[in-house]
Amino acid sequence: MTKRKTWLYFLPYGLWLALFVIAPVALIVYQSFFNLDHQVTLDNYANYFRSGVYLKMTLNSVWYAFLITLFTGLISYPTAYVLHQLKHRQFWLLLVILPTWINILLKAYAFIGIFSQAGVANDFLRFIGVGPQQLLFTNASFIFVATYIQIPFMILPIYNALDDLNPAYVNASLDLGANRWQTFRRVIFPLTLPGVKAGVQAVFIPSLSLFMLTRLIGGNKVITLGTAIEEHFLTTMNWGMGSTIGVVLIVAMIIVMQLTNDHEPRGGAPR
Amino acid sequence: MKKLSRLYLILVFIILYLPILYLIMYSFSQGTTMTHYHGFTWQHYRDLLADPRMLAIVANTLLVALLSSLIATLVGTLGALSIHRTSKRVTRDVLLNLNNILMVSPDVIIGASFLIFFTTLKIPLGFGSVLLSHIAFEIPIVVLMVLPRLKEMSPSMLAAAQDLGATTRELLSRVIVPFISPGIFAGFFMALTYSLDDFAVTFFVTGNGFSTLSVEIYSRARQGINLEINALSGVMFLFSLLLVGGYYWLQQSNQRRKRKRQGAAS
Repeated sequence: MTKRKTWLYFLPYGLWLALFVIAPVALIVYQSFFNLDHQVTLDNYANYFRSGVYLKMTLNSVWYAFLITLFTGLISYPTAYVLHQLKHRQFWLLLVILPTWINILLKAYAFIGIFSQAGVANDFLRFIGVGPQQLLFTNASFIFVATYIQIPFMILPIYNALDDLNPAYVNASLDLGANRWQTFRRVIFPLTLPGVKAGVQAVFIPSLSLFMLTRLIGGNKVITLGTAIEEHFLTTMNWGMGSTIGVVLIVAMIIVMQLTNDHEPRGGAPR
Repeated sequence: MKKLSRLYLILVFIILYLPILYLIMYSFSQGTTMTHYHGFTWQHYRDLLADPRMLAIVANTLLVALLSSLIATLVGTLGALSIHRTSKRVTRDVLLNLNNILMVSPDVIIGASFLIFFTTLKIPLGFGSVLLSHIAFEIPIVVLMVLPRLKEMSPSMLAAAQDLGATTRELLSRVIVPFISPGIFAGFFMALTYSLDDFAVTFFVTGNGFSTLSVEIYSRARQGINLEINALSGVMFLFSLLLVGGYYWLQQSNQRRKRKRQGAAS
């Protein structure tokens, strides 16, 4: 191929990179230095760091994302582990993926019905003798629904990591006298840690920005970084402050990526 | 132990599917609430079919999804070809990292930054801005689906084609594209589901006049229970089943072909 032709083929993709990847990120950083009157200022950042409201909201959001990630992980690891030992695991794996193809808003909407005063969750609570509770619009319901939505995204990478694990290591460990728990703790879990990290990456970052769930399920009691950005952009129209929170979210994302990325080359015996 | 683990798995699957089944079950319930089943009816499906606003929105959503996936597949495939052709490792890594930015960014960031972008360029919000945004966030997944196939392609095949006198165009249309077509299809499929699934980005860039299903569901769900949404979810669940089935079938037939080829080679 001639050099000129190759360049032409690259053009649409290059344009996309410039216009929809680089420009928007640059614009959101640029916008964060403007106040409501379109004057260049550092006020947004000063405001963010000085008034306790934003810092508290950020900590809150990180805390909720942490809880969601923790619960998702606690549920997903055993699930992936058991799933991996099944006979028709490809089929079962497909059943794990299927719910992710259902629109997230429909899933959230389902919980509005389930958690309502006369909903099935309260029927269950009545049945076990706890009595009906206010479930919808609480922090717990927000965490529950978010965890529910994220579970498949955690199961998949862990499952893949288990699939990559050479069974010879497990057998060797058992042969050398380790019991099942020791084998799990010393061999299986460390070797599948990359999968867990990938899962944390896939769950934690989106959990910081789930604004539709805070609106529909959390009843505006939980404010995540995402909710705050949406509020500033679409309700109060303070794009400068919204962008500032956006920059914070981007920084948070980079930190999470750095913490969960594997830098060491993937070694191990060839199979 | 084995029984316990099975039980656990069953419990997880119940939790995964209960809300979806619950949603669909009440699409067949009389009355207007999602509590206490009131007897079977097709009424909500009839309402759905007689709702011109909803039908228009379904048409919009499908149009945006198909159009954006087609364009994204085209641009993404060209992008994958160029990334594959770069010989410098550094350039390739930079391109790949840039490619993945939109894959890992939270939806709100993509939505908010695109909103600033469109406003700065004075592009009116509506069908055009939604379409452009969808194309934009679908391109990286297409690239990621096509690249592995390109890596599998042996350079000797290309050299042979060139030696036999193939022009650049022929090389592309007769050799490269047929070989990477499973990756292109997978990319198109993923792009389609990304588009149909997206809410946050669309919500930011949609403006007033234009709406997609996700945005419509959101605004209706904020007003409370409306069993027409349940009927809609029944339809969409069926549609997802078909898509998943199609995708699964595609992958299976790919694997069969691969196995056959490997069998022939050995």
